[in-house]
Amino acid sequence: MAEPLLLVDHVSQSFGGLHAVKSASFDVEAQSITALIGPNGAGKTTLFSIIAGFQKPIDGHVYFAGQDITGLAPHLLARQGLARTFQIVQPFVGLSVRDNIAIGAYLRHRARDRAIAAAEQIAHQLGLGRYLDQPAGTLTVGARKRLELARALATSPRLLLLDEVMAGLNPSEVRDLLPTIRAIRDQGTTILLIEHVMQAVMTLSDRIFVLAEGKIIASGSPESIAANAQVIEAYLGEGAALQYGGSRCTP
Amino acid sequence: MKTRLAVLGVTAAIACIPFLGASNVTLNFLIVALLIALAGQGWNILGGYGGQYSFGHAAFFGAGAYVTAILQVRYGVNAWVGFAAGIAAGALVGAVIGALAFRSGLKGSYFALVTLAFAEVLRIVASVTPITGAGVGTLIKLDMRPQAFQFQSRAAFFWIILVLVLTSLLISARLERTRFGAWLTAIRENEDSARALGVDVFRVKLRAMILSAAITAAAGCFYAQYFLFVDSTIAFGSWISIEALLAPIIGGSGTVFGPIAGALVVRALGEAAKLVAGDAPGIDLAIYGAVLVGIVAFAPRGIVGLVTRLSARLRSGGAEVVVRSGRHG
Repeated sequence: MAEPLLLVDHVSQSFGGLHAVKSASFDVEAQSITALIGPNGAGKTTLFSIIAGFQKPIDGHVYFAGQDITGLAPHLLARQGLARTFQIVQPFVGLSVRDNIAIGAYLRHRARDRAIAAAEQIAHQLGLGRYLDQPAGTLTVGARKRLELARALATSPRLLLLDEVMAGLNPSEVRDLLPTIRAIRDQGTTILLIEHVMQAVMTLSDRIFVLAEGKIIASGSPESIAANAQVIEAYLGEGAALQYGGSRCTP
Repeated sequence: MKTRLAVLGVTAAIACIPFLGASNVTLNFLIVALLIALAGQGWNILGGYGGQYSFGHAAFFGAGAYVTAILQVRYGVNAWVGFAAGIAAGALVGAVIGALAFRSGLKGSYFALVTLAFAEVLRIVASVTPITGAGVGTLIKLDMRPQAFQFQSRAAFFWIILVLVLTSLLISARLERTRFGAWLTAIRENEDSARALGVDVFRVKLRAMILSAAITAAAGCFYAQYFLFVDSTIAFGSWISIEALLAPIIGGSGTVFGPIAGALVVRALGEAAKLVAGDAPGIDLAIYGAVLVGIVAFAPRGIVGLVTRLSARLRSGGAEVVVRSGRHG
């Protein structure tokens, strides 16, 4: 097997007495769509923040393309090709959609004309073409989520970290976004997503890791995860697996 | 391109004023207004485009003024060289304060307070150290020769300050078309997002601070040459910190023409207040306060924003503008 693009190696994080992440390890293969799921408060976003350089872990390492990137500043990671979106979208509200995406594009294109051209191309690809001149603050939730995605994509990342891009979307918007994300992967960008919308996770992912109480409790294909008793119990409580089916497996 | 043409047009129009038989009083008024505009242009780069609100631009203004004056008076340096050195000194002070403040991650009101504190410390130090002339101040010797940066006619001073303002306008116009300017605006809008998109926040802020400080320092250098006197309350006093931020905020912060529009309005109001109320102390400050409240409440993007909005409304035939531009969407 080839070396994974991202390797999270026994990463731990704690805030005061709260152990948010406990020695979590997982990896993301190049060209894949990998999902990180888990109940609320499992530590997903913390783990994401650590990977993207917004937090330093108290223990463990993160490797990107074989290099140790633990604790590297976010802007340096962006230059190396690691981009993230925010769970709560963070647009530059006073700037137009075009300028919003251009900020990302400037990372690879110094000249304004080329950054703008790249931004417009990405906007069209993500279905934001008709909003180009609109201030980002006036967009609907769905469009804001796409904008968040577009900006990250404009930095030409090798690995894209998507933090709940589907949250807050209605079912038809989710359905529309799925092929877009798949297309991004097909163009060569590896994707790691945190997601609560199971429809999206199950249809998109090649591999799923389940985080509960700061620990990775299961990993595998969407089918095996759906049937995993431990996962069902993590979400629904102990004993739920017996009631709702799912194969008992010994840890 | 359009902005640059507008900049050149506006400057050319202002440059003709001395030929229209303007009196010395009018010229003096315009020179001081342009001086404030220049200081405001400096503030506008860091505060207007970068969203880092400094309350202490007096630190840079004063560094420029003092260095220009002291080099001439104590070391016999040529005034033009002193002028250049003053700008460099302002930039250096900006680099030091910026590095300290931004490295410690100060933002918002903390940043404002720290800049204010630096300016105040400099004011107190300048009021006691011998080299600045302490409480007496520094007087530049009268030497009415162009080589000494002193001119018989006010018009010459007027054109010089206008060229300085023009330069700062062109820098602002350029800022709106470069990656550095885009990154700076991104930091104003959302620092975390900017960081995630590969913006080196510390570096961009620091560069903006240095540029901002250098422009405001140029205003200080000009002040020294025009009035030929500097003391600690003039150079590092809070009056200039306030004027440097009032002008762009009232005129329209983060816009090319904001500071100059604001400076003219603020100065005109100040003079008008003096005519009406005599020399009642603080009346101009009270007027500034009232105008500021009005602007913040009704025209958050200042005079420039108001004009753009009104002209858009006129063009659309009185219909309500569909997309309200503005920082708060």
